Amino acid sequence: MTTTVEQAKQLGLTNSEFDKIKELIGRTPNFTELGIFSAMWNEHCSYKSSRVWLSKLPTKNKYVIQGPGENAGVIDIGDNDVAIFKIESHNHPSYIEPYQGAATGVGGILRDVFTMGARPIANLNSIRFGRPSHPKTKYLLNGVVSGIAGYGNCMGIPTVGGEVEFDECYDGNILVNAMNIGLAKKDKVFLSIASGIGNPVIYVGSKTGRDGIHGASMASQEFDDNSEAKKPTVQVGDPFAEKLLLEACLELMKTDTIISIQDMGAAGLTSSSVEMASKGKLGIEIDLNKVPCRETEMQPFELMLSESQERMLIVLKEGKEQEAEKIFKKWDLDFSVIGKMTDSKNLVLYFNNKVVCNIPITSLADEAPKYNREWVSTPIPTEINIDKKLNDLDILDCLKKLLSHENQANKSWVWEQYDHMVMGDTVQRPGGDAAVIRVHGTDKALAATVDCTPRYCLAHPFTGGMQAVCETYRNLTAVGAEPRAITNCLNFGNPEKKEIMGQFVDVIKGMAEACQALDYPVISGNVSLYNETNGVGIKPTPTIGGVGLISNVNQTVNFALKSIGSHLIVIGKTKGHIYQSALCYDILHLKKGPPPSIELANEKKNSLFIRELIKQSLTNAVHDISDGGIALAIAEMCMAGKIGAKINTNKLFEDRVKFLFGEDQSRYIVEVNNKDLEKVKKLISSNNIDYLDIGITQKDHLEIDEIKISIDNMLELNNKWFINYNSK
Amino acid sequence: MKASVIVFPGSNCDRDVQVALEKFQISTTMVWHQDTSLPKCDLIVLPGGFSYGDYLRCGSMASKSKVMNEVIKFANKGGYVFGICNGFQILTETGLLPGALLRNYKLKFICKDICVKTTNNQTPFTNKISVQKILTIPIAHNEGNYFASQEEINTLKENNQIVFQYCDVDGNISDQSNPNGSILNIAGIVNKNKNVLGMMPHPERVIDQILGGTDGQEIFKSLL
Repeated sequence: MTTTVEQAKQLGLTNSEFDKIKELIGRTPNFTELGIFSAMWNEHCSYKSSRVWLSKLPTKNKYVIQGPGENAGVIDIGDNDVAIFKIESHNHPSYIEPYQGAATGVGGILRDVFTMGARPIANLNSIRFGRPSHPKTKYLLNGVVSGIAGYGNCMGIPTVGGEVEFDECYDGNILVNAMNIGLAKKDKVFLSIASGIGNPVIYVGSKTGRDGIHGASMASQEFDDNSEAKKPTVQVGDPFAEKLLLEACLELMKTDTIISIQDMGAAGLTSSSVEMASKGKLGIEIDLNKVPCRETEMQPFELMLSESQERMLIVLKEGKEQEAEKIFKKWDLDFSVIGKMTDSKNLVLYFNNKVVCNIPITSLADEAPKYNREWVSTPIPTEINIDKKLNDLDILDCLKKLLSHENQANKSWVWEQYDHMVMGDTVQRPGGDAAVIRVHGTDKALAATVDCTPRYCLAHPFTGGMQAVCETYRNLTAVGAEPRAITNCLNFGNPEKKEIMGQFVDVIKGMAEACQALDYPVISGNVSLYNETNGVGIKPTPTIGGVGLISNVNQTVNFALKSIGSHLIVIGKTKGHIYQSALCYDILHLKKGPPPSIELANEKKNSLFIRELIKQSLTNAVHDISDGGIALAIAEMCMAGKIGAKINTNKLFEDRVKFLFGEDQSRYIVEVNNKDLEKVKKLISSNNIDYLDIGITQKDHLEIDEIKISIDNMLELNNKWFINYNSK
Repeated sequence: MKASVIVFPGSNCDRDVQVALEKFQISTTMVWHQDTSLPKCDLIVLPGGFSYGDYLRCGSMASKSKVMNEVIKFANKGGYVFGICNGFQILTETGLLPGALLRNYKLKFICKDICVKTTNNQTPFTNKISVQKILTIPIAHNEGNYFASQEEINTLKENNQIVFQYCDVDGNISDQSNPNGSILNIAGIVNKNKNVLGMMPHPERVIDQILGGTDGQEIFKSLL
């Protein structure tokens, strides 16, 4: 049965792509083959619009063991231990079906990590929703949070950190980015490169059903008003099955049986088999009648494109089938030898003893389209004078509004739904600058954070991309960690529009510059394009997940103030950059002007200085200054420690609003005991650090010049938003 | 003191409780759910988690598992059985403890530190804790809302079987300090013979200051 260009278009391929397929295989593909091409050539799997630019990102430093290209990246954390991590989007499915979309997003990223031989130890996530008043937002928020909780809690992997933001640009396209970090031994990392002609190909895990067919193609298209009709393309998760799969795979990995292993994620059996064969430069042969099925009468096209969850493809050493099968039977999982590696360099599929697909692997992988799309750079916006509007502001009112705003509110309503303590190694729980998780059985720990500031990215994508990387670097620094590497999830609109493609290009350039200067490379990630509804795209949102190492877990700090009468010092240069600040953007709705600029040399210098302070126990509390500037940072430190502060802005800076709410980069606030003050100031001067001694800690109240607010009052304002919103 | 920790395929606090037991030099053996005989021991722990996925009522499938037959026999002979979270749910499903654990009244999973008052220290699990002492221990559950008939509650009271009750930092047992809707703020109970304890809070998570607290130690010390 040959196919037509109309069928190709229905599957999301273009005219020229259909022609290219015919040219590559020398004939018109049959329906199964066409489905396989559409699955491999969609944006989600092929990165056809982004590959050209992704190659510009730095991917190496002395700690990187495995960079992009595998299921997840690997870094060295000493003592033969490695950390394996990645972040991935599940945006489109989560909008259509929030619980299952978010749950399977977590499931997918977990498989990416344990496929590599790691035991997952920490989940993080970045979730973004539309305006709270949008009719779908409450439903989506509740569904996504429950879905993340439902999956991670059942798996017994703590969800330790993340970010939640509301912005109208996500009204029709929410973002759900899930990150996982795992631990493995350096000499026990598993890759997806198949080898050995004749080696058996094994299917393990749950059975294949009709769920999720075309999930990856759906994720490569814009939404319109009929997006609801796409519900059948969303997969359904079974975290218990994944828990069994995790334990069975880790048990199998202790034996000497595995050549390569690959999870069945986007585009299911198609992409997993093609990727393994492609990396090994081999062919693969599969008998589709041997695939364990959940439903009857499943056709080759469905078997190859199903995105049923909790499944793995493994190439075993020949003769090891029984040893492996025993382990999967113990865990009550399906185990089936479905094919073998061949020297044909083709993907050959049999169904009812007939060949239903025979296409060169290279045509699916290496020959996949690669577009150098047209792009146009976004210039730096000009500064307009808004001083008049700022001068009239009541500072206490601004602080109260920020504390009560959904984007700055206490997020415990969210993270208390996630088990963040299971596994018994969570040293810093959610709500801090970065989560800290002890490496089990050792005195070292990993720090992790997820960050992005989309309003900066929209205003000037280059600076925004740079800032997202720096923000994670700073958050890791604030808990005393040495930042080691990042993973990224690049969420953008339709790349066929040159402005959007330009945002993507500029963000990559900004990120690359920061990664280079900070020796902080990208080791894994994913790209999510076409985040548009009815032609309106999201703000460029490059979510960055940063991971750092704390060599002595006893040398970490949080941002809670600890004692009365100690000094509060701002580290880093305060210039009063107010454009694109949370105050201007969310409270005053003044959305014009450039984002704060970053000097990467200062970023690094200040970070090294902070880490030194923590190492020498010269500070009780450290907080990075971000949204809401100095004022909000101090307020958060007061609320966390239930200790007040007295700040005097007089003589420090001429413009008080800009001083308190400006969002200059590369800054921290540190709490320093009186007895250590001299030592700290010496270190400041010997390292040539910009600083301001802004005040002292005191009981019960935050005072800024003539204004005064109690900690109880701040807590009340900060804690109420999520509770009120969700109880209505 | 020798302990066995039962490992169901969906258990996920099994390692955490093993770490806690071993911290107090209690030698610990992990027992797989399909095992039909138990190693010789003084204490059996049913750890937290999702035993068989808990897609059905929490703990109901586990209560019918092979290994639970042995656990029930062990308990009936007077052996100590300690169920934490999912373990507590399993104990109510087997009937070793009365009542049931319903969904939290707000229908959300809750993971946070809470306070409990030790209302009975005449049990092997609490004998080193001063009576009325307030402990800070985290909960992490979706179904921790303790329910029992009025008759069963009366029996629990008469026999002094209520061991832990949710309270605020000052020890007030009230609706405000009740995180999940449990009758009488019940967080943990023992059977009539006081050799079986079920509790929703996770003491194994607070045995180390670096993890945020040490109040959980008091329970493990009592077992020694």
